[in-house]
Amino acid sequence: MSDEKKFRWVGTRPIRPDGVDKVTGRAQYGADFALPDMLWGRVLRSPHAHARILSIETGAAAALEGVHAVMTGQDLPDLFAEKAAAAGGHDDSNNLAHNVMARDKALYHGHAVAAVAATSREIAERALELIDVEYEVLPHVLDIHAALAPGAPLVHPDRVAQGIENSGPSNIAKRLQIGHGDPEEGFAEADEIIEREFSTRPVHQGYIEPHACLAQTTQDGRVTLWSSSQGHFMVRDYTAKLLDIDLSLVRVIPAEIGGGFGGKTTVYLEPIAVSLSRKSGRSVKMVMSREEVFRASGPTLGTRIKIKVGVTREGVLTAGEATLHYEGGAFGGSSVGAGCMTIFAPYAFPHVRSTGYDIMVNKPKGAAYRAPGAPMAAFALETVMDELAQRLEIDPVDFRLRNAAKEGTLASFGPRYRRIGCVETLEAVRDHPHYSAPLGPNQGRGVALGFWFNAGLQSSAGVNLNPDGTVTVLSGNPDIGGSRASLAIMTAEELGIEYEHVDVMVADTHAVGYTDVTGGSRVTFATGMAIIEAVRDVMGQLCQRAAAVWEVDAERVSWHEGEARLDGGFEPAPLGLAELAKNAGKTGGPISARAALTARGVGMGFGAHICDVEVDPETGRIDVIRYTAVQDAGRAIHPSYVEGQMQGGAVQGIGWALNEEYVFDDEGRVQNPGFLDYRIPVASDVPMIDTVIVEVPNPAHPYGVRGVGEVPIVPPIPAVVNAVHAATGIRFCDLPLSPARVLARLDEARSPGSA
Amino acid sequence: MARVILPQALADRFGGEVQLEIEGGNVRALLAALDARYPGIGQELEGRVAVAIDGEIHNDPLLEPVEEQSEVHFLPRLAGG
Amino acid sequence: MKRHISTTIDGEALEFLSEDGQTLLDALRDVLLKTGTKEGCGTGDCGACSVMLDGRLVCSCLVLAAEVEGASVETVEGLAEAGELHPLQKRFLEGAALQCGVCTPGFLVAAKALLEINPDPSEKEVRYWLAGNLCRCTGYDKIIRSVLDAAADMRGETE
Ligand code: FES
Ligand code: FES
Repeated sequence: MSDEKKFRWVGTRPIRPDGVDKVTGRAQYGADFALPDMLWGRVLRSPHAHARILSIETGAAAALEGVHAVMTGQDLPDLFAEKAAAAGGHDDSNNLAHNVMARDKALYHGHAVAAVAATSREIAERALELIDVEYEVLPHVLDIHAALAPGAPLVHPDRVAQGIENSGPSNIAKRLQIGHGDPEEGFAEADEIIEREFSTRPVHQGYIEPHACLAQTTQDGRVTLWSSSQGHFMVRDYTAKLLDIDLSLVRVIPAEIGGGFGGKTTVYLEPIAVSLSRKSGRSVKMVMSREEVFRASGPTLGTRIKIKVGVTREGVLTAGEATLHYEGGAFGGSSVGAGCMTIFAPYAFPHVRSTGYDIMVNKPKGAAYRAPGAPMAAFALETVMDELAQRLEIDPVDFRLRNAAKEGTLASFGPRYRRIGCVETLEAVRDHPHYSAPLGPNQGRGVALGFWFNAGLQSSAGVNLNPDGTVTVLSGNPDIGGSRASLAIMTAEELGIEYEHVDVMVADTHAVGYTDVTGGSRVTFATGMAIIEAVRDVMGQLCQRAAAVWEVDAERVSWHEGEARLDGGFEPAPLGLAELAKNAGKTGGPISARAALTARGVGMGFGAHICDVEVDPETGRIDVIRYTAVQDAGRAIHPSYVEGQMQGGAVQGIGWALNEEYVFDDEGRVQNPGFLDYRIPVASDVPMIDTVIVEVPNPAHPYGVRGVGEVPIVPPIPAVVNAVHAATGIRFCDLPLSPARVLARLDEARSPGSA
Repeated sequence: MARVILPQALADRFGGEVQLEIEGGNVRALLAALDARYPGIGQELEGRVAVAIDGEIHNDPLLEPVEEQSEVHFLPRLAGG
Repeated sequence: MKRHISTTIDGEALEFLSEDGQTLLDALRDVLLKTGTKEGCGTGDCGACSVMLDGRLVCSCLVLAAEVEGASVETVEGLAEAGELHPLQKRFLEGAALQCGVCTPGFLVAAKALLEINPDPSEKEVRYWLAGNLCRCTGYDKIIRSVLDAAADMRGETE
């Protein structure tokens, strides 16, 4: 892949194929489907953070006029008991099954305990009130300290930690350690060592569309689901597994998805909707309220990170060591592994070790959130990097450049890096006019670097050539942020045809091959690869057809700029796509191809952000006044949607740094399950987000694509926090930097007698 | 012989060697060879960890080729958002 | 108890039966099957359900269906005229102002309301006007730019 190559479509900004439907209200999201016989399903949720379910009396609810089905956890098959016991209680499906609906214990405030289906939402709500659950309230644990305290109540009294030899039951689901070299040796070589402790609070992905689905079942066991998710194959596989149904009997039709950010890579409602539909013989629609979204779906939970970094006087890193505790919620399964793997990843550390603990607490089961685990780790490392640069009196970007990972660097997570754009990204920050722009009073500037792996995984695609020369592409990935456009661009580029002649459809589970979730920043990379493979197959078929028409060897025909040409001559005249398509029936039949692959050669991603803040000394309010995001995209297929990922991730990270947090009361109840009290950034909170796309092509992808969706949420927290330090001289190690917290620290610093 | 680097915790439980030279061919063969040397280790690794071969991470490898000069690391599996 | 409602929605005279206490949003989506208007919260905090009620911008999740008796409601579905998209819709598409798109109907309706009373808003005015509309995908940058571009189009200052 040469950089010189000129593209016709790659790198341009055409209108997305699904755009008009989405600006006219025609596009159908998860809650937009209806069937004539449809019932409404609603879920009863635990009012307690931790309670044994002694009995559930459903008779009165079932007797209510308009109620057609009532269910509890007893109605879901407990397929996994045996398997889970064998796996020490850690089997993922078992956790998933028990999260979808509690069996003997409710493990968090919001845990589903029963559900009903009725002819209207109101009747279903009334029926929930008639369900009588007898609870024995148990003592709960809400955070890492409490969970690890001696004699702490155990979320799962039968579980022992993975990765700790001979330990008894505890709230530690798992311990892991990674690294290389000997940190003690590295710290002995250091001239400066900084050791700090950081904490973050639970935050929600905050997608605007609540979880929603519609289930239809038949007497012969078939299931059709309309569902909004990051992967309809994921919905199919999880639902089928939890309910013990053959995959071929479950068809999932992907709705448009109104945001996910990792939070829609699992199921909550679908197995319940299917069960209610089976019980009632009617189709069942379920839509979470916003309160349910906050109480029962996806947050990423609290973390505590202790970190120690050593450096020589010349600014060369000698060692890093970190202990990371991540709350995984009621079932464990936090992203602490990725936290351990990413925390030291952007730099060359000769000696490095991170130890992670996955902690169970009585909070919702954590779900993936954009570069899961990495933003909290970056908060710790990049704040310390800032402080080290300050101590050494080296420019913070130069300091990072001195230590930046490059091709061949032994990564802190094990292997050696392939071609990466860490240095190029930092150089673009250093050279950006924002980095040297003057600042006013009470203002400060911070920078931070972030890393994410990106994912490959499995993708399938189909390409059908229509008789008029237009092309229909089938993808197995829900389009969460413009991927139809990037897939259409690559198709048009390969074939040498008009972008407008390509349409991309997100096909259902019966219509396209298995495809992993829209997650891990993988769609343009991996599904793009599958589509390119299928398109190249179509191009081969087109050349064969032309060869047949010309009665020459197929090897002599090649595809250029939308037409088949005979090598080495101008005769006969080239055959264009439209003509070959029109005559396909006469030359061998319709032309179409499929491809299915596990994508290899993922390009790892780096981003660096520059943030300016102004801190109001009277109120402690922090305003982000200028922001620039720089990122290596490998190659931006549709730059607008790459920028969009960078801008959206930056603002999510700003919210995480400044405002967002779950508030729990002493009983473990969520106190702010709504957008009024859980405040995400609004338009007036943020400035324009400038972007610089760096392109260090990924050699393993036909167009050089790396993933782009997750990296942008990694740098913002430390970028903001470092900027606040520059403005105030105060280092914040605990999120969020809400005005009250900031004001308290400002007052403390101003009080006489303070250093 | 491929160079295999084991996670410290696992090495501690199996023989203590962090770096070892193993005949590979592909991931399955490599795991079998590892297991022959340290009985039980194959089961610990197979299907539970990701494998990095020469810097590229594979989440669920089996027949992935391992070259003579390859460097192989075992890593925790990742989720994406 | 069901109540009979006569109203005008996107220029079309309509009649429907509404349950007691039913919101306009639910009537639009569940009774009339006009699902272009979205629900993000149901409590007036996200703006996804924005519609115009007799020329006033409202959250349809906070309005009772019964209140639209004799009134005129405009939703995102009436924004485009026959074959022609509204300038805001065009600019949102060209400017990639939507990623997932679920907030888009609300933003379009709210932005249109702004440009009706202020055809030449500053960036700050657009940001404050749209502060009741949540978008989690875009970081607002491209939305704000697209609204400013559409405003210029509507003033005839472009092309
Ligand atoms: S649904 Fe009406 S404001 Fe959110
Ligand atoms: S585009 Fe997804 S919420 Fe705005």
